[in-house]
Amino acid sequence: MLTLNDIKMGEHVVVTKLHGDGPLRKRILEMGINKKTEITLIKVAPLGDPIEIRIKGYNLSLRKDEAKNIEVSY
Amino acid sequence: MSIRIALAGNPNSGKTTLFNALTGSHQYVGNWPGVTVEKKEGTLKQDKSIKIIDLPGIYSLSPYSAEEIVSRNYLINDRPDLIINIVDASNLERNLYLTLHLMETKVPMVIALNMQDVLEKKGVSIDVSTLSQQLKCPVVLISALKETGIQSLLETAQNVIASKADVLRPDYFSPEVSKAISSVEAQIVNETSAESRYFYAVKLIEKDEILKKQLLLSDTQLAAITRIIEQLESDADDDTESLVTSERYGFIAAVSEQIQVKPLHEVTLSTSDKIDKVVTNRWLALPIFAVIMYVIYYVSIQSIGDLTIGYVETFFGWVGELLTNGLTALNASPTVISLLIDGALAGVSAVMTFVPQMMILFFFIAILEDSGYMSRIAFIMDRLFRRFGLSGKSFIPFIIGTGCSVPAIMSSRTIENEKDRRMTIILTPFIPCSAKLPVFALMAGALFPNDAWVAPSMYFVGIVMVIISGLILKRTKWFGGKPAPFIMELPPYRFPSMKGVLIHMFERGKSFITKAGTLIFAMSVIIWTLMSFNWQFQLVDQAESILASIGKVIAPIFSPLGYGNWQAAVAQVTGLLAKETMVATFGILNGVAEDSPEIATFVSSIFTQNSAYAFMIFTLLAAPCMAAIGATKRELVSWKETLMVIGFQCGMAYLLSFIAFQIHLFDLINAAFHVIAIPYVWMSILGAIVIACVIVYAMNQRRKAA
Repeated sequence: MLTLNDIKMGEHVVVTKLHGDGPLRKRILEMGINKKTEITLIKVAPLGDPIEIRIKGYNLSLRKDEAKNIEVSY
Repeated sequence: MSIRIALAGNPNSGKTTLFNALTGSHQYVGNWPGVTVEKKEGTLKQDKSIKIIDLPGIYSLSPYSAEEIVSRNYLINDRPDLIINIVDASNLERNLYLTLHLMETKVPMVIALNMQDVLEKKGVSIDVSTLSQQLKCPVVLISALKETGIQSLLETAQNVIASKADVLRPDYFSPEVSKAISSVEAQIVNETSAESRYFYAVKLIEKDEILKKQLLLSDTQLAAITRIIEQLESDADDDTESLVTSERYGFIAAVSEQIQVKPLHEVTLSTSDKIDKVVTNRWLALPIFAVIMYVIYYVSIQSIGDLTIGYVETFFGWVGELLTNGLTALNASPTVISLLIDGALAGVSAVMTFVPQMMILFFFIAILEDSGYMSRIAFIMDRLFRRFGLSGKSFIPFIIGTGCSVPAIMSSRTIENEKDRRMTIILTPFIPCSAKLPVFALMAGALFPNDAWVAPSMYFVGIVMVIISGLILKRTKWFGGKPAPFIMELPPYRFPSMKGVLIHMFERGKSFITKAGTLIFAMSVIIWTLMSFNWQFQLVDQAESILASIGKVIAPIFSPLGYGNWQAAVAQVTGLLAKETMVATFGILNGVAEDSPEIATFVSSIFTQNSAYAFMIFTLLAAPCMAAIGATKRELVSWKETLMVIGFQCGMAYLLSFIAFQIHLFDLINAAFHVIAIPYVWMSILGAIVIACVIVYAMNQRRKAA
């Protein structure tokens, strides 16, 4: 399973499935990460976590713990 | 009843700027009941009968944060006459997501489409009339920053309110979802009003646990709703949370495709991206951050701040003189004069001296927030702070805390997560504030003239305590469990508007002066009374006062820490008023002036080196001053929790002070330091950071090994 954590900087992917449950998953959905949403990995923070992604024309930061629930494909 | 207009929008959408433009200076800042979410209200500049309620910046009406719960409760239960929904045109899709949510409440609405200059530069334009048609809702183009379009926004708003027309909304749910919504609506006819029924039905389908409990549905109703949801999920082969969200976003994507006229060529790297490339660069991020923090600290606490303290002191000296002369002329008794001058005025002026520093600090904090750098700080520091149960945003209060805990505790409001925010409030007072420095300087001068490391080591102790307490608290039931998620928007960098920054600064300054001022006033009078009278309520020397007798009672508590004399105990009690008054207390107790060299002699007569070091540690960690306790109460809301926090702080102080005295910590460190002496404050801070890094590294290694 390929997740957002396996992506290299600058790479472009599409969301295929969102794992996890409860309010956190709902939040991720509502911030715009849905099935078929395109994501670009902009950067990783200087200490290795969190990451910065670009979705729907804005930049969002999430931790690797959250990113591992986002299944993607190229 | 007056007309109420609620202002709703995403964070960073220009909502605050619009609010300021609409209300001018007629605004009132308070809290939403029971939570620390800021509630801002104002009246319209042009028409005072129209009330504007600034809802907090939110992303949706799902109950993820306190802000969202507060906002939706207001919209559903208090039903304003109109919502003005500010939509940031440069971030259209996510902003419109909230718009659809707001429409589901069926409160009449006008959309204020905020054109950012950034967007114009990008060459993107938006077809406003098509947007309005698609959303079935009036859309007015404005620029919150330049204050254009405001008049036409108000006219449209008044027309909508006056027309009382039925609220229309676009139909964006699929037939399956719409059918399920209607079935749920049929189930909750008795529990909900006609206007809000739709909102409740959609939220129930989205499995909103909070609303489900609020409605007090019967078991049969719940079972029926569950059946509807299950049917929908099996038909759509997706869970309803995901289904509903993606249908909203699907509609938005289609609309925004239709209305955005994009430039032919791909836009080049924006200025914001360029700044970010440098500021959050792998190697440069931390040094740049350190420099910015140092400059802010230096300007507000050291240079300008220090200068202004002199002015404030002169001012209050002048007020004191004027008051004394006036009261003497009125033949007031010396007791009354003393109460007002040595009690109330002294206490209030001690706190007021910090106001200029705080204002400058607030000024910089407002710039950090408005420019977009604040969220980058959180982005950079998050990894490190998470280890101690905190989040990246906790770093800002700690930095401010080296100046004064009060603005530091107040600045914790920028942390969205409740757990992180509370933890930050508890730990911030461990950072030595500038009022504790005179105490450390006195002790160091009196008992450690040859050990330059003693005073600076307090920074080190403070930082280590933050880390240790963080690690301990993380394991308690209040702060334990999974780390709070960190999903944060990184808004584009913006040049902050001076007007906005100044309004921000004065608002916070004002609330500090009024609220802390009243508390300090009351406490000053109480302590003065305790210091001046004996139990028979006769005016006596301080050594025979109520305070002294209290000191004698509590002194034995401090015996295990090495300083079981009543003077030290009294000093600790007066330290509650303001830490720097501890120095004055030693002076008064000895009957000498505050800056007299005899204080040092006196202090060195009642302490040994080891007990003095333990005393310093206790001063550093124990309950902060009244002003900071007041700020803690304001941020935690409940007195019970505030007292628990103070208890924790005092407990840690007692424990550490006890250990320090019992193991003769001073002697131990001194022996070690005989080899190398490190005289500078920043060296010890650096040391603490290195230790923190080592701990993080070691924990990482251990985790990897496991």
